[in-house]
Amino acid sequence: MSVFVNKDTKVLVQGMGKTGRFHTDKAIAYGTNMVGAVHPSKAGRTEQFIGETDHSGVQGRPDTYDVTIPIFRTVREAVNVTGANASVVYVPPPFAADAIMEAAEAGVALIITVTEGIPVADMVMAKRYLEDKDVRLVGPNCPGVITPQACKIGIMPGYIHTPGTIGVVSRSGTLTYEAVHQLTLNGLGQTTAIGIGGDPVNGTDFVDALKAFNDDPDTEGVIMIGEIGGTAEEEAAEWIKANMTKPVAAFIAGVTAPPGKRMGHAGAIISGGMGTAEAKIAALQGAGVVIAPTPTDMGSAMLEALSAS
Amino acid sequence: MKIHEYQAKALMKQRGIPVPEGELATTVDEAVGAVRHLSDSMGNPVVVVKSQIHAGGRGKGRFKEHPELGGVTVVLEGVDGGIEAAEAKVRELAAQMLGSTLVTIQTGDEGKTVNRIYIEQGIDIATELYLSVLLDRSTSRNIVMASTEGGTEIEVVAEETPEKIIREEIDPAFGLTDFQAKRIAYGLGLEGDALGSGVRFLKAITAFAVDMDTDLVEINPLVVTTDGRVMALDGKMSFEANALYRHPEVLELRDVSEEDPSELRAKERELSFISLDGSIGCMVNGAGLAMATMDIIKTVGGEPANFLDVGGGADKDQIVAAFKIITDDPNVKGIFINIFGGIMRCDIIANGVVAAVEEVGLEVPLVVRLEGTNVELGKQIIDDSDLNVVSATDMKDGAIKIVELTK
Repeated sequence: MSVFVNKDTKVLVQGMGKTGRFHTDKAIAYGTNMVGAVHPSKAGRTEQFIGETDHSGVQGRPDTYDVTIPIFRTVREAVNVTGANASVVYVPPPFAADAIMEAAEAGVALIITVTEGIPVADMVMAKRYLEDKDVRLVGPNCPGVITPQACKIGIMPGYIHTPGTIGVVSRSGTLTYEAVHQLTLNGLGQTTAIGIGGDPVNGTDFVDALKAFNDDPDTEGVIMIGEIGGTAEEEAAEWIKANMTKPVAAFIAGVTAPPGKRMGHAGAIISGGMGTAEAKIAALQGAGVVIAPTPTDMGSAMLEALSAS
Repeated sequence: MKIHEYQAKALMKQRGIPVPEGELATTVDEAVGAVRHLSDSMGNPVVVVKSQIHAGGRGKGRFKEHPELGGVTVVLEGVDGGIEAAEAKVRELAAQMLGSTLVTIQTGDEGKTVNRIYIEQGIDIATELYLSVLLDRSTSRNIVMASTEGGTEIEVVAEETPEKIIREEIDPAFGLTDFQAKRIAYGLGLEGDALGSGVRFLKAITAFAVDMDTDLVEINPLVVTTDGRVMALDGKMSFEANALYRHPEVLELRDVSEEDPSELRAKERELSFISLDGSIGCMVNGAGLAMATMDIIKTVGGEPANFLDVGGGADKDQIVAAFKIITDDPNVKGIFINIFGGIMRCDIIANGVVAAVEEVGLEVPLVVRLEGTNVELGKQIIDDSDLNVVSATDMKDGAIKIVELTK
């Protein structure tokens, strides 16, 4: 079992430009079921992917692959033909929020948005549009979602992941890789790793991911990686305290970040004394979460949380 | 992106949002001339001289060179002495302010040089209020925040008298509705002429914030004049970086003299960089990992000199540029490169670092930690290069090593 994505997930690519093509190829090499693409200027054509299989992905496949996928004008056309139930958005920032709304309108259940730099106002509008629809948005500005050896959607390196029992949820890309790597070194595989993204307005948040992992019978513990800015970690702490039945470990980046400065991620800013790492750490500790004091202690913090439960 | 108060007021005026009349001055003569113009058109020689810097707390701030002088000063000399007395006082103030260093609670001890001053008509104030429009991250919507406690920092109001803060959420599909605007106006105690004026102000300022992609509009104080008009006496605005491409008129308002030179250079090379006060330069891929690297340096007893995220797609030239920005900081006593290769391969980083050191030279210790995609290849490139590099096994090991080497 896993959350959000598995080997049956049928994935559509929105934006088959250079970036979209590059990561589609990696996903196919990993064994993800990529069924089509939406790219109006290339519609009606197909895109072929040939290469060497990434054997860290879906097991039991030949050493090479040769996959051709159709390209459509609209998401609705693509869904009608391919039956896709997930999409990954690589559309450039000015058009990405519209791509999200289009996917939602076409009934795509899971929309993973990798695009970085979408105007906040566009995301405010897109979230409003998604409000009454039964859709899960992950991102934007995120590495994506991976269920090891089953389905990789996004830009994360597949080979660092191993199947197992730990759920990973993070606002940061490379820090997720760091956490996954440490889990693997500590003998802990992952059920699913979810990058929720570094933007101030995003879809799936910590609480959504924690709920999913709590309900997933194969997940035995969760590591969450937060950072300064906003109050998503504090809200997660409240939810954990009231509902979580599984051990949780956490790392919060940005203890040394100066106030008022945007630390790379659009959402990583301490404003008016709100959003500090200290407040987040205190809230999580209050909810019984084991805090990794430094980023190299994420794996051992997870082990500690597991053994304490 | 932040802009100056006088620019914010010009933008508001264009949209019909009431602001006092004023003129920008960059020289003493311009400042004196402005007094004459304002006095002629307003029939009143009372003016306010306001330092224009990208930092709050200007009124309570003081100049390093003139410790008695505040960053915002009301000139009342004209009331008894007429226009000549007002001109003489503004001449004196402008000469003291221009080129001097204003220190406020937001500038840090080093302060900021005042190159522009704004000469504004004096206003007869009946009431001072607070108003802002900003993103509420927990609901993913913009909100209007208002309070009767004008002139006080909203953080202080939130702390001491949170019941005095009025909040209205803006539905992006409808904007701020009339009933919401009225509810805020009632909450602020507006009545008579000021009620209609206030509602119009609220509708206009929220429409402005949405149309212009601001991430903050803060009017503190918003005032009610003695003749019942609602007006922005101050205006602080910042525009959302991702949306600037669709507001070229706002981009033109950028004042690069307000920005850190290293951060500007980094921005030109599409690197995410922030200057800090410490001595250990950092080069990292990914914003979260870059923050975590700063944290771990601090944990093991060092101080980071910067935040630097080279991103997921940096090429050799960007790595070289990043290296130069770090080594140009005279405070840097050592460099820590921390890379977790994902899409970014370790061999590309390694080649970039070798090229950078060959081009820029290396006079301080360098610790490199590589992990992830093509890590063995990356380590090999560093080992084969004869560079004086210390390798680290993980980020804590790297942080300890660079802190030791820079002691």
